[in-house]
Amino acid sequence: MMTPGSEAELAEAIAGASGPLCIQGGGTRGLAVDGEVLSTRGVSGVELYEPGALTLVVRAGTPVAEVEALLAKENQRLAVEPMDHRGLLGTDGAPTIGGVIAANVSGPRRIQAGAARDHLLGVRFVDGAGQVVKNGGRVMKNVTGYDLVKLMCGAHGTLGVLTEVALKVLPRAEAAATVTLTGLDQPGAVRAMSAALGSPYDVTGAAYDAETYQAHIRVEGFRDSAAYRSAELVKLLSPFAMAEVQEDAESLWRGIRDVAAFQGRDGDVWRISVKPTDAVELVPHLEAEALQFDWGGGLIWALVPAGTELRNRINVPGHATLVRAAQETRARLGVFQPQPGPLAAVSDGLRRQFDPRGILNPGLMG
Amino acid sequence: MEMPSPNPAILARKARLAERLLAVLPADAVIQEEAETRAYECDALTAYRCPPLLAVLPRSTQEVSDVLRICHDEGVPVVPRGAGTSLAGGALPTADCVILGVARMNEVLETDFENRIIRVQTGRTNLSVSGAVEEEEFFYAPDPSSQLACAIAGNIAMNSGGAHCLKYGVTTNNLLGVTMVMMDGTVAEIGGAHLDAGGLDLLGVICGSEGQLGVVTEATLRILRKPEGARPVLIGYDSNEVAGACVSDIIKAGVLPVAIEFMDRPCIEACEAFAKAGYPMCEALLIIEVEGSEAEIDHQLGLITEIARSHNPVELREAGDADEAARIWLGRKSAFGAMGQINDYMCLDGTIPVSSLPFVLRRIGEMSKEFGLDVANVFHAGDGNMHPLILFDANKPGDLETCEAFGAEILKLCVEAGGCLTGEHGVGIEKRDLMLHQYSAADLEAQLKVKDVFDPKWLLNPAKVFPLSVTEGRRAVALAAE
Repeated sequence: MMTPGSEAELAEAIAGASGPLCIQGGGTRGLAVDGEVLSTRGVSGVELYEPGALTLVVRAGTPVAEVEALLAKENQRLAVEPMDHRGLLGTDGAPTIGGVIAANVSGPRRIQAGAARDHLLGVRFVDGAGQVVKNGGRVMKNVTGYDLVKLMCGAHGTLGVLTEVALKVLPRAEAAATVTLTGLDQPGAVRAMSAALGSPYDVTGAAYDAETYQAHIRVEGFRDSAAYRSAELVKLLSPFAMAEVQEDAESLWRGIRDVAAFQGRDGDVWRISVKPTDAVELVPHLEAEALQFDWGGGLIWALVPAGTELRNRINVPGHATLVRAAQETRARLGVFQPQPGPLAAVSDGLRRQFDPRGILNPGLMG
Repeated sequence: MEMPSPNPAILARKARLAERLLAVLPADAVIQEEAETRAYECDALTAYRCPPLLAVLPRSTQEVSDVLRICHDEGVPVVPRGAGTSLAGGALPTADCVILGVARMNEVLETDFENRIIRVQTGRTNLSVSGAVEEEEFFYAPDPSSQLACAIAGNIAMNSGGAHCLKYGVTTNNLLGVTMVMMDGTVAEIGGAHLDAGGLDLLGVICGSEGQLGVVTEATLRILRKPEGARPVLIGYDSNEVAGACVSDIIKAGVLPVAIEFMDRPCIEACEAFAKAGYPMCEALLIIEVEGSEAEIDHQLGLITEIARSHNPVELREAGDADEAARIWLGRKSAFGAMGQINDYMCLDGTIPVSSLPFVLRRIGEMSKEFGLDVANVFHAGDGNMHPLILFDANKPGDLETCEAFGAEILKLCVEAGGCLTGEHGVGIEKRDLMLHQYSAADLEAQLKVKDVFDPKWLLNPAKVFPLSVTEGRRAVALAAE
C-alpha cells in the first residue's frame, strides 16, 4: 500500500507505477479492484474555509467527520448529506471527502439541494500519467473552459486521483420537521411524494419504506418556517393517508441515508435510478425481498437473493448499480450498468486519454 | 481579434456542399445567398462579424444528424447557434464554416408535473420554457438577463446562470438529460428524467462546452414549483467595503436569499437617470430578495434588515407591496439599457470570491483612471459574479481597443483575486486568449483531450474557448486530413 503525504508524492507514485492501482480514500465503499492500493489518506487537511462565502477547500484524504466538525463550528454543513456505507457493507475505516466526491455520493437532500457534483466548485487531480491538473476554482459561478470538475465527480478515480476539492457548503438548518404518512402502498406513496415535491414547501427529503408502509416527507429551515410548512404538508397529504408531524427525526433520516433497513440481512443490495413514477411500474418485476424508495421514488434500494442479475428485470429507462454482493457476483455482473454504444465509446475514449496505461481502478467503470 | 484564415479548399466547394445539404434538408432550410447569410455574421458581441459560408436551419434531430454527417465527410467546420445572444462571440462564424441554427426546433415535447420535468427542443427560448409550465405554478429556474430571447441550446452551451442561481443553481444543476448529435452524425441519449445519469458525468462536461463537443437538440430540464411569494429589500451604503461585509454577514447568519444584487455609484447614477426608480445616491446599493410564505418572508427580511442596520445603512427600504417591489427591481433590470443610453459599453463577467469584493472594486476604480474609461459595476454579490460595464465610444478610433485592454486587465485581476474569467457568459472568442492566465498548459491540455474524444477532427466551433496558438496543432491536423 502506498500512502503518499502530498500531491507531489502522489503524482510521483502514479508516474512510477508499473501495474494496476486500487485508488482508495477510507476504503469504506466496497469498490476495491485488484492492484496495489494507492491511498489518499496522507493528502489531508483544510486549505481554506470562508464561512461568509459558503466556500471550503480541502484536500481529498481529509475524513468526512473532520470536515463536518469544522463546518458545524460555523453552523454550516455539507449540502449533500453523503451516505455512510460502513453499516450496509460491514466495512470499517474513515470515509474521506475525496471518496464522497469520487463516487458522487448524495443522500436524501439530493432532491432539493442537488448531488455532490452540484456543490463541487473545483478540483485538483493527478491523471494516469502522473500529471497534476486543476479545473474549476473556488467560486460558485465559473464557466471558464470545460467543466472537468463534474467529469471527475463520479468517475471513481478512473480518470484521475483527486487531491483537492473545493466545495460550496450550506448553512445548517435551524430546525427540521418530518411528515410521516402511514398505511401507503407503493403507488400511493409515489403519488403522495410527488404531491409533496410539487408543492411550494421546499421539501428536502421524500422517502418510503415498503416494509412499514410509511412515507416520510422532510422540510428544513428556520423553526417557525419548518413548523408552518410541515403543517401545510399535513393538509395537502391527508387525502393520501394518515399524516403526523415528527419534529426531530435525525436518526430516521440517517437510517434512510444509510439504508439501515437492509443492514445485517443476507442478499445483494442494488441501487436503481429511475423517473419517480416509473418506480411503480418497475418494482413488481424486481421480485425484491425488501425495498426502500428515496428521492420521491427516483432512487430505489432493492434487497434481492445473492447472485440475482437484476438489470434484466428493469423495463424502464434508468440504471442500476450493484452496491453489495460477493466478489464473484460483482465480477460477473459489473458494479455499474454498461452504457449504450455511443456513450460507452466516449467514456472509453476519455479513460484512454486521461489514463493511457489503464492503471487507475482498471475495469471498475467499464 | 484573430480568427483562423478560411480554408480555400472549403470555399471552393461551397456549391457541392450546398447541393449535398439540400438533398437532406428542405430548400428553405439551407441559406446560401450572401444577403441572407449576413444575418448570421455575428452574435451579441457585435464588434466582430464574418458571414458564414452557409447557414442551415434544421427542424429535427435527424436533420441535424444529416447535416453534421455531411460536414464531417466534407471536413467543413460547423458553428452551432442558438438565438445568437452570446456576449462572448460563441456563435461568431468563420468564412469557411456552416452555421447550424436550432431556432426552428422550438417545440415542447413533454411536460410532466408529477416527475417535475419538461422536455423541449433546444431552440426554445428560456422564458418560454417557464411559460409552458406556469399555468401549473411551476417554473424553470435559470434566468439569464437575456431570457426573453436566448435559447436553451445556448444556455446549455454556455452553462448560463442568472440572478437567482444563489438558491437554484445554474443550467448544469437543472439539466437532467440531452439528445446530442456528435460531429460524425451519431445521436446520443445522455441522462433522462431520472436524477442521475449513469456512468461518467458526460452531461456535466457537455454543459458549458460552448458547442465544441456536440449539438444538443433536445433537453430534459428540471422544473420547480413556484414559491408562495417573494419580496426584495433595498439597502444603501456609503462604502463598497461595508456593503460587502453586510453580504458576508447575511450568509454567515444562515439566511440564503434567492438573489443578492450589488450596484456601485456610477451604475446607480446611470440607472436613476434612465429609469427613475427612486434609488438613493450612495456608493453601494444592495437588492436582496427572499422567498416563501408571507410569514417566512417577514422572518427572513427581519434577520436581514437587523444585520443591515448594524452596518449603518444610508437607506433601507422594504417593499410594502408588489408595486414597491417592482420599483426596487426596476433600476437593476434596466441597468444595461441605461448604460446603452449613455454610451457604447462592454459587459464583463468575471467572478471573484465575495471576500475580495472591496479590493477588486477599488482596483477597478484605479484602473478606470489609468485607462481613461468610465466603468460601472452591477453584479450578483451572493456568488461573486461581477458585471463591470466599461463605457467607450465605438466611433472614436482606438477606443474599442483601449476598452478591450482594460477589460482584459479586469479579468486578470479577478483571477489573481482567486476567481475566474467568466461566471456565466462563456469564453467564446472574447476571453480565449486569457485562458493561460487562469490555467496552466497542462490544465488546458486536459480540456483539449476531452474535445479530441468527442470531435477528433476538431470541426465543431474550433476557434473558440482556447487560445488559437494552443489549438493550432490539432486544427492543422484536421485540415491536413482533407
